[in-house]
Amino acid sequence: MGFAASVTLGLAGLFALAWVLRAGARALLTGHSRSIASDMPLTAAFGLLVIVIYAFVAIAAPLLAPFPERDIVGTQFQAWSADHPLGTDRIGRDMLSRLIYGARNTVGIAFATTALAFVVGSLLGLWAALTGGWLDQILSRFVDALMAIPALIFSLLLLTIFGTSVLSLILVIAAVDATRVFRLARSVAQGIVVMDYIEAARLRGEGAWFLIRREILPNAMAPLVAEFGLRFCFVFLSISSLSFLGLGIKPPTADWGSMVRDNATLITFGDVTPLLPAGCIALLTVAVNFVVDWQLYRASGLREATQ
Amino acid sequence: MILTRIALGVGLLFVVSLVIFWATELLPGDLATQLLGQSATPETVAALRAQLGLNDPAPVRYWAWLTGALTGDFGVSLANNRPIADLIGARLGNTVFLALYAAALSVPIALTLGILSALWRNSIFDRMANAGALGAISLPEFFIAYILVLWLAQTGFFPSMVRINPTTTFGDRLYMTFLPALTLTLVVTAHMMRMTRAAIINLMASPYIEMARLKGLSPLRIVLRHALPNALAPIINVVALNLAYLITGVVVVEVVFVYPGLGQLMVDAVSNRDIAVVQAIALIFAAAYIGLNLIADVLSTITNPRLMHRR
Repeated sequence: MGFAASVTLGLAGLFALAWVLRAGARALLTGHSRSIASDMPLTAAFGLLVIVIYAFVAIAAPLLAPFPERDIVGTQFQAWSADHPLGTDRIGRDMLSRLIYGARNTVGIAFATTALAFVVGSLLGLWAALTGGWLDQILSRFVDALMAIPALIFSLLLLTIFGTSVLSLILVIAAVDATRVFRLARSVAQGIVVMDYIEAARLRGEGAWFLIRREILPNAMAPLVAEFGLRFCFVFLSISSLSFLGLGIKPPTADWGSMVRDNATLITFGDVTPLLPAGCIALLTVAVNFVVDWQLYRASGLREATQ
Repeated sequence: MILTRIALGVGLLFVVSLVIFWATELLPGDLATQLLGQSATPETVAALRAQLGLNDPAPVRYWAWLTGALTGDFGVSLANNRPIADLIGARLGNTVFLALYAAALSVPIALTLGILSALWRNSIFDRMANAGALGAISLPEFFIAYILVLWLAQTGFFPSMVRINPTTTFGDRLYMTFLPALTLTLVVTAHMMRMTRAAIINLMASPYIEMARLKGLSPLRIVLRHALPNALAPIINVVALNLAYLITGVVVVEVVFVYPGLGQLMVDAVSNRDIAVVQAIALIFAAAYIGLNLIADVLSTITNPRLMHRR
């Protein structure tokens, strides 16, 4: 169980570092940013730290990785050694390097997909709420029908039709998740479009695009940002699951989901290496959840109410 | 009340079948060219079109597909020309078995944990259970599955692969499918537990609970006799929603444990682009999903007289 101990130690180290950074931020910052740092729970600080580390690894991947992503640099399934800190995979590629490049590929693709789902879903949702009438009815009923099919099953159906490539993966997952974003954006906007200032802007003769951009969107931002975090987690998990099933991002591109699938045989021999990419996925999801929790807590004004 | 809900469910299922069927019409060009690729000769494309019945207008094909599906005839697989009903047959039973097994494990555990953490709110137990639940929700299913394999199959307690044949006894089956069922249990228990806890805590604030407390009843009795019956509707809803979630969870878990179920068949069909099989399985999964939601609504209506006699 030396491995479990080192994982626990690593997590504890991250928590300690998060605590130190938070204390540093409290001491150095002034004004508004200081008040944010001072009521940030430790879990949120930990989440932010993890997200920053992932972002750094994703951006600096070529500098950090000891070997190129796709090169075969050893024999297959080598054990952990000084040359290959995490050993090699099924055909002799360096595991550590692929893990590092995976941050760029997997997280990058998940991020792009979430962003696409968000732009499409929230714009349509806001537009539907603003316009109302038959447009709203058609879009909402259509989304209802799509949401009656379980997300993974619907994605599998669409992937069969469009074929399994990275582009179709992004488009399919974005389309499926846009329906969920649409629901939320529409219900948030419905509370806003009845406000007097929207009426006033309408009487001024502003068009729909101006209303969405300048009047509704700024007021709907808080719940949408929190939803972005949650949605990212869902998208990230479904992309990883599909890649794990061999239907998403495919080798030789380094991707955490397919790395688990590729090397899964090692697990039956008691080797933990194939679990590392899955652990990377889990750690990021937990971190994002922590930050989203904190944001929701701040947005809901619970802190003021309890004081 | 209940009849309108059932009618709505059937209507929804009809719409969903339309969506599943018409998804193939979304393609630029047609299915036959798409399946065969750019290099296909016109003759092979024409042959495949004839085989798929693509020369008929879409409504005719939809009607034939739907009536076939209702009588259990899903047509033939594009990959190996075997009747889809034969491919699905035994696998459907295996998947239902696994889902029921996971449900039988997870529902009692989730309800007990939920009630206990509502009872001991803000205690160490409650915090641990909540943290565990949040963690379990964030983990990919295959991660949980492989950790279980590492801990329980590696040490020789349970098999990491499921080999079922007609001679397998029920006990052996329970033993062999324990790890997949446990994985699914861990995945769905968290959400069920949190919702049960929230539903009960919500009720604990109402005046009649305070009355019961002032009468001097024990906390356990208050929760079980006074709060739980009124919390049944939301709890039933959450249980059904999670059983519906099992349907998608089953796909990944079946692949990890090489379990001969529908999910595995569907994944294979997706990589072969065997659209006929995928459509059939998607219809079955969607029907189960809609059916479970329908049952949840009906049951929570029955348990709540106020919903039963609305207006």
